[in-house]
Amino acid sequence: MAILVNKDTRLITQGITGSAGAFHSRMCMEYGTNLVGGVTPGKGGMLFDDKVPVFNTVVDAVAETGADASMIFVPPPFAADAICEAADAGIKVIVAITEGIPANDMVWVWRYLQGTDATLIGPNCPGVITPGQCKIGIMPGHIHVPGRVGVISRSGTLTYEAVGQLTAAGLGQSTCLGIGGDPIIGTKHIDALKLFNDDPDTDAVIMIGEIGGSAEEEACAWVKDNMAKPIVGFIAGATAPPGRRMGHAGAIISGGQGTAEAKYQAMESAGVHVVRSPAEMGKRMKELLG
Amino acid sequence: MKLHEYQGKELLRRQGVPVPPGKAAHNVADAVAAATELGGDFFVVKAMVHAGGRGKGRFKEIADQQTLQMVVAGAGDVPGKGGVQLCGGDTHEQAVAKVQAAAEMMLGHTLVTKQTGLDGVKVKTVLVTTGADIATELYVAVLLDRQTSRLVLMASTEGGTEIEEVAATNPGAIHKVWADSVVGLGDWQCRQMAFKLGLSGKAFKGAVKLFKGLYQTYLAADASLVEINPMIVSSQGDVVALDAKVTIDDNALFRQKEILGWYDASEDDTSETEASKYHLNFIKLDGNIGCMVNGAGLAMATMDIIKFYGGEPANFLDVGGGAQRDQVKAALQIITRDPSVQAVMVNIFGGIMRCDVIAQGVVAAVAEAGLKVPLIVRLAGTNAEQGKQILADSGLAIIPADTLADAAEKVVAAVSQ
Repeated sequence: MAILVNKDTRLITQGITGSAGAFHSRMCMEYGTNLVGGVTPGKGGMLFDDKVPVFNTVVDAVAETGADASMIFVPPPFAADAICEAADAGIKVIVAITEGIPANDMVWVWRYLQGTDATLIGPNCPGVITPGQCKIGIMPGHIHVPGRVGVISRSGTLTYEAVGQLTAAGLGQSTCLGIGGDPIIGTKHIDALKLFNDDPDTDAVIMIGEIGGSAEEEACAWVKDNMAKPIVGFIAGATAPPGRRMGHAGAIISGGQGTAEAKYQAMESAGVHVVRSPAEMGKRMKELLG
Repeated sequence: MKLHEYQGKELLRRQGVPVPPGKAAHNVADAVAAATELGGDFFVVKAMVHAGGRGKGRFKEIADQQTLQMVVAGAGDVPGKGGVQLCGGDTHEQAVAKVQAAAEMMLGHTLVTKQTGLDGVKVKTVLVTTGADIATELYVAVLLDRQTSRLVLMASTEGGTEIEEVAATNPGAIHKVWADSVVGLGDWQCRQMAFKLGLSGKAFKGAVKLFKGLYQTYLAADASLVEINPMIVSSQGDVVALDAKVTIDDNALFRQKEILGWYDASEDDTSETEASKYHLNFIKLDGNIGCMVNGAGLAMATMDIIKFYGGEPANFLDVGGGAQRDQVKAALQIITRDPSVQAVMVNIFGGIMRCDVIAQGVVAAVAEAGLKVPLIVRLAGTNAEQGKQILADSGLAIIPADTLADAAEKVVAAVSQ
């Protein structure tokens, strides 16, 4: 079970012949992900690594392979189009790794996706992994172990940090999800929390937010009345100065909005078990689950 | 990327938004020529810096220390003249002479405002515009609403005041309409907004047109903010964008070549500009513990944990996902160049990035430049063991740490000795 992806997931890579796309497609296959195809316009008919068929379009790839998930490594100027192509072809889980997509493009992508049944993860994210079953993205597979704690984060390496702490504490993960650091993302904290709440294989969740926007506050408003499972929460950026973009396009405190303190308060009032030190995420979860 | 007011106004003008006639000048002679050409007996000279609070700002070379401290503290009545000066006279010649005096005071001098801190920022350009006849001041902006993933037109009758202040004291005065991402900002929405602002007649028509122009400017320039404060209505009912704050989405600069050419590097910290050449994301802060981290989220978390253990971070630095040896070396050099840095914490969780590559970069940087401050290195994830071995074998006095907490404790202890 877990959420979004599992051993039955059939994955394609859009941009499979580019250097990053090729490298990470191999890493995903090595992990055990069922990579059934790739898409690069103009390179249809070739075989990637002598075994994975490449198609010109996502529609072709879906028709031939029955793919239901896509990992996108298409460069920023063309990535928004690639997301829509995947959704139009009936792909259910679209994981957009690409960093640097213009926000104005994501405005119309977001609108387009409303009319489809696709779930977009990212963009500008490390991807999603259900340990031992399926890895879609750029995270190091070996730090994960199968288990019953879900992880949601806007960041890449901070997600690995949380996973590393859980694994060190003897706690495995159900699914780990990097939702991305951009201002417009497909799956927000609230969406991921709902999925984990309904997942029989998840007992608890680590939720990692960061400064900028109000997605954490919106998620916490829902958590208060609806979440049946314990959450350990951390917010990155308590020491970030206002008005400066902290690496991620979406990580900025502007006009007094999006501060770490406001997010911590929302978490605390929703009953989230807050840790103010990012070194305590795994330990706190261990205490909660005993 | 932030634009100067005159650059933002140029973008607005192209979309049919009325802005006061004006010219940018980089020297005093050009400022005088601009005023002469514009004609009339009333001008405004504005210092072109990105920081806000220009009018209440004062010049470092002219004002005394006490005055500058009042500026930074945000005091109300500060003596002297600032970065926005009204230049009126009985005759055209008198007014032009005042423009000359204002340009001489501003150009080449350092403007200290509430936002710049005592360091201030050097004025290289002034904007000379004709004066405006102001009956009403309004606020209007187009920006991305992250909650709905749509663009929003936001306006308020409290023009001239910072929108954050209005939001805090009189939120009812702020009105919003959301543009559909396919249909765009509808005329009906612009009319709704103009009515909410209490406009009628000529001003109503002008405002509707201006709102459309702002939205078009936002799209055409790939902006992330187009803010007009104030938008004014003259006694004749003309609607004019008196100021312009425009920020461009960095992710879209690849297709905004002309605007990219307007980039003013002198507004950015030199270390930050240099870091960007190495594809490093660096932001200077006020503390004494330098840090180098891979990934923006982990970099913020590293700053947070330094503070959690009682230290103060000196910077944010994300070396990115695929950093090579040279980038690691450049990163360490940029961090340690800051004289306030008394210790450095390197925190790497290897995913794509391999810890052995990081370790090689650290060793190379230290071997070349020496180690002037304690260096604490924590490596985890891909090839962490090989990385630790490389550090141990180097014979350099690098202090290894096993976990995030261990590293933070060690680096804070190092500066408190």
